[in-house]
Amino acid sequence: MQPTGIVFDVQRFSLHDGPGLRTTVFLKGCPARCLWCHNPESQDPRPEVLVSAQRCVGCGACVAACPLGTPEPGRPRSAGERAVCLRCGACVDACPTGARRLVGRPATVTEVMADVLADRIFFEESAGGVTFSGGEPLMQSEFLVALLRAARDAGLHTAVETCGAVAWRRLRAVAPHADLFLYDLKVFDEERHRAVTGLSGRQVLDNLRALARIHDDVRVRIPVVPGVNDDLDGLRHSARFVAALRGVRHVDLLPYHATGATKFAATGRDYPLIDVAPPSAERMEACAAPFRAVGLEVHIGGDGHECTDRTAAE
Amino acid sequence: MNARTERLRSESLAARPTLSSERAELLTSFYRENDGRWSVPVMRARSFLHLCRHKSIHIGDGELIVGERGPRPKVVPTYPELTCHSLEDLDILHSRPKTSYAVPPECRRAYAETVIPYWRGRSLRDRIFPALPEAWHAAYAAGMFTEFMEQRAPGHTVLDDKIYRRGLRDLQADIAAEEAALDFVVDPRAHDRREQLDAMHIACEAVMLLAERHAELAESVAQREPDATRRAELERIAAVCRRVPAHAPRDFHEALQSYWFCHLGVITELNGWDAFSPGHLDQHLMPFYRQGLADGSLTDAAARELIECFFVKFNNHPAPPKVGVTAAESGTYTDFANINIGGLLSDGADGSNPVSHLLLDVVDEMHLLQPSSNLQLSRKSPDVLIEHALRVVRKGYGFPSIFNADAVVEEQLRQGKTLEDARAGGCSGCVEVGAFGKEAYILTGYFNLPKVLELALHDGVDPRTGAQLGPRTGSDFASFDELFGAFERQLRHFLDVKIGGNQIIERIYATAMPAPFLSVLTDDCIRKGVDYNAGGARYDNSFIQGVGIGTITDSLAALRQEVFETGERTLGELVAALDHDFAGDDALRQRLWNRTPKWGNDDDRADELMRRVFDAFFAAVDGRPNTRGGRYRIEMLPTTCHVYFGSVTGATPDGRRAGAPLSEGISPVQGADRKGPTAVLKSAGKMDHVRTGGTLLNMKFTPELLVGDAGVRRLTQLVRGYFKLDGHHVQFNVVDADTLRAAKADPGAHRDLIVRVAGYSDYFCDLSEALQDEIIARTEHSAL
Repeated sequence: MQPTGIVFDVQRFSLHDGPGLRTTVFLKGCPARCLWCHNPESQDPRPEVLVSAQRCVGCGACVAACPLGTPEPGRPRSAGERAVCLRCGACVDACPTGARRLVGRPATVTEVMADVLADRIFFEESAGGVTFSGGEPLMQSEFLVALLRAARDAGLHTAVETCGAVAWRRLRAVAPHADLFLYDLKVFDEERHRAVTGLSGRQVLDNLRALARIHDDVRVRIPVVPGVNDDLDGLRHSARFVAALRGVRHVDLLPYHATGATKFAATGRDYPLIDVAPPSAERMEACAAPFRAVGLEVHIGGDGHECTDRTAAE
Repeated sequence: MNARTERLRSESLAARPTLSSERAELLTSFYRENDGRWSVPVMRARSFLHLCRHKSIHIGDGELIVGERGPRPKVVPTYPELTCHSLEDLDILHSRPKTSYAVPPECRRAYAETVIPYWRGRSLRDRIFPALPEAWHAAYAAGMFTEFMEQRAPGHTVLDDKIYRRGLRDLQADIAAEEAALDFVVDPRAHDRREQLDAMHIACEAVMLLAERHAELAESVAQREPDATRRAELERIAAVCRRVPAHAPRDFHEALQSYWFCHLGVITELNGWDAFSPGHLDQHLMPFYRQGLADGSLTDAAARELIECFFVKFNNHPAPPKVGVTAAESGTYTDFANINIGGLLSDGADGSNPVSHLLLDVVDEMHLLQPSSNLQLSRKSPDVLIEHALRVVRKGYGFPSIFNADAVVEEQLRQGKTLEDARAGGCSGCVEVGAFGKEAYILTGYFNLPKVLELALHDGVDPRTGAQLGPRTGSDFASFDELFGAFERQLRHFLDVKIGGNQIIERIYATAMPAPFLSVLTDDCIRKGVDYNAGGARYDNSFIQGVGIGTITDSLAALRQEVFETGERTLGELVAALDHDFAGDDALRQRLWNRTPKWGNDDDRADELMRRVFDAFFAAVDGRPNTRGGRYRIEMLPTTCHVYFGSVTGATPDGRRAGAPLSEGISPVQGADRKGPTAVLKSAGKMDHVRTGGTLLNMKFTPELLVGDAGVRRLTQLVRGYFKLDGHHVQFNVVDADTLRAAKADPGAHRDLIVRVAGYSDYFCDLSEALQDEIIARTEHSAL
């Protein structure tokens, strides 16, 4: 039997997750609980129901369909209610407006690859390919390895986006099958890392150091969240750490944006960063300085691949 | 732009379109005096000569390229021999809020006293409608289809390279040679041919006379001109007008002026659809450009200035005003002249050259409503060409649109053209394919595909009126295939009605309204001695344009799923809900809109039904003979007709409300494409574009997506990918919805906002409110 996993989205025409035109496959489940998370629906490894209050017309079809009796239309389940939800999707099937979405579906490698290969003609035109993201894709590392093998067999460029907070053996198993790693380095300071992601940062740093020894195309990505991780001191530490790694030459600084807010609401959670505004261009430049100072190539925004590719071509 | 062209441009933008009765009055007096004296072709040619001899001519301050169809820029003549406007029409034109035309009191008076009394009942429009059968009128009134030629002449055509190689005197020599070779003993049509050839000869005389009169005017203005520089320019203009189009042009300036006189001739002789177009202008101008630079007679700046002056001439010519249904389907000032850039040479080599880039620069700098421009992108075209074009496109003027030059060739080969003629061909109007200078490719009307389904769901009855419009094909279907069978029978019925009407109209034009000057410019009218409107062209295709492929595909997908697969509703329940426009059952409408397969998402459950509809439409049209020795073909484009068709079509099973616009071109239903641009292109790529004469795909991007080299490169990759799938055409709106909403709320502050509508660009503020809303609603593709 071929491996299956839980996929929560397949996004075509993805432009910021590796070179060229890409399709990004989002695998569900993440060990981190970052305050700024853009995909809070990715955290729980199981399928879950998202509700968009704006699209709900209050017809009550969901209540009628739910074996347990859905609390009320237009409102996602609270944490307590989530614990008892069967995640059967009956309310989603009944919803006429699409206000209810079941996020996360079991999928085989063949099914995922059929979705990915739909855009092959554009991958070939642009030297693009497929990126596996999450959640944390390495939480489903066997499934991920099978996907990467299948993508390679199909001749696609492969990339993996990871937070690095996984057992080294998982990362080591995946590494030979990915052409590119997009590796998140969120916060250097251990205490701060725990505070804003809920996890220890040591494993993240150790894994990055080890990965850079066995893989020669690793890009470090740093989400810049004002007031959370944009202190220059911390960034200087990160810069020195990265500069010492053979195999990492590029750092992408990704300015925080608030797209996570609506998704937090749709999953029935409170958004912790409600008052944070995106960083200014000047602030982003200031954050880039420590990395440039140690000789790294810094790109602000997620499409640095294209710029560096063009530089390389010229 | 330099100071001169900037001024000419702003004058052109500021002038208000105004109607002139001069042409109508000249024509009326000539017909009153002479009708019946000569054969029809000679009468047409002599009346054309009369117009060229007596029309007011105009040379504007600072102009280098001269000649106006009306007495002044943006003054528009009328064509009462085709359509005689009523006084009520004139009042509406004068006062309507969108695309109005000022009607001066003297114009109205002339219509009341002279023009209407003569032409009412004699105009072609007045003769065409009574000639059409009852079934045609019923279907036309119901909005099953439109008819292009009920008020404008067959046109849709483009010039090739002949006038750059040969003058009208040379073509007159060809005409004389054909006349000399006529054999009245063995050829029963020799007399017809002689009359036609005589008419062509006179038509050449008329256009040469028009040029001579401009030469004389330039000389007399020059004599009074105090400024020495301008005096020299006017003397130069006079010399150019003495030379062309009688003789082949010798330099860049003469080449542009020669085309412009031919253009004026074609659009003065008759009011043909899509005016007239220069075709592969970059290829035609290249020899003159190269030679001018080499011998020092031309600089890059001078070439640019001349092209800019040339572009202003197009913008000075709003389309002659339409009436009735045709005004609704094509409510715009643009007259669809379209310039091809790039493409292939007739030997198959890449056709782009330095003039291609010059033209793109001018398009970029001037961003005028007219002329339209398009890039012909072949596999062989260098990326530098499309990247240049996309840098212009992303500014949001909608120009140029992008065509697949290799598919354009393949489409024409399928129609039986030679490889050389196919390569020398290209696109005009919105997206239509033709062999330039050698083909009459006539668009006959739009066809309302979703309305056909509506009738199939109602046993041939139009639910709007209760009339039994189509055959009785039942209303209870055991399977989806049975339902589709009923759709196909209705489809064939209405296409028969449409084609039957076309055949009558074509013969009326062939016998009553020849176009001798257009015939001179179109091979092989001279050789055959047969008019453009009667089958003289080397190739003769007639097109019917399918509208609403997205709406009908989604409707069929919804029907199949909800009625025949899940059994969620019975067909009777669903049809009843449509009849009530979903009143009291919004949950059903929501379900149909949100939970059924949609075209544009690379989802075969929908896309496969698009193919079935396409195949049925193709089978019912393609290859059927027209009256000119050619064939019927299909195209998939709407101009703005999807709005009119939507207004006469009830609620549809895809969740669309009664009266709302249909989907536009081959674009997905507005807002139904939810998987991004690559999925749209994949869906669109499942249509067999090669079997059409053109398809129109509109995509809208927010500006952020196109920033920098990376933005241009990814758009290039999307286009190249789509063209690998044999996609015919794609065009981009680059604008965000907030800008459009602001423009709608405050038109005064956004007068210059041009958006891509459907194969052409138009001022957003000139569009109807329904169309404005639709453009706002069209999905914004953004990966941000």
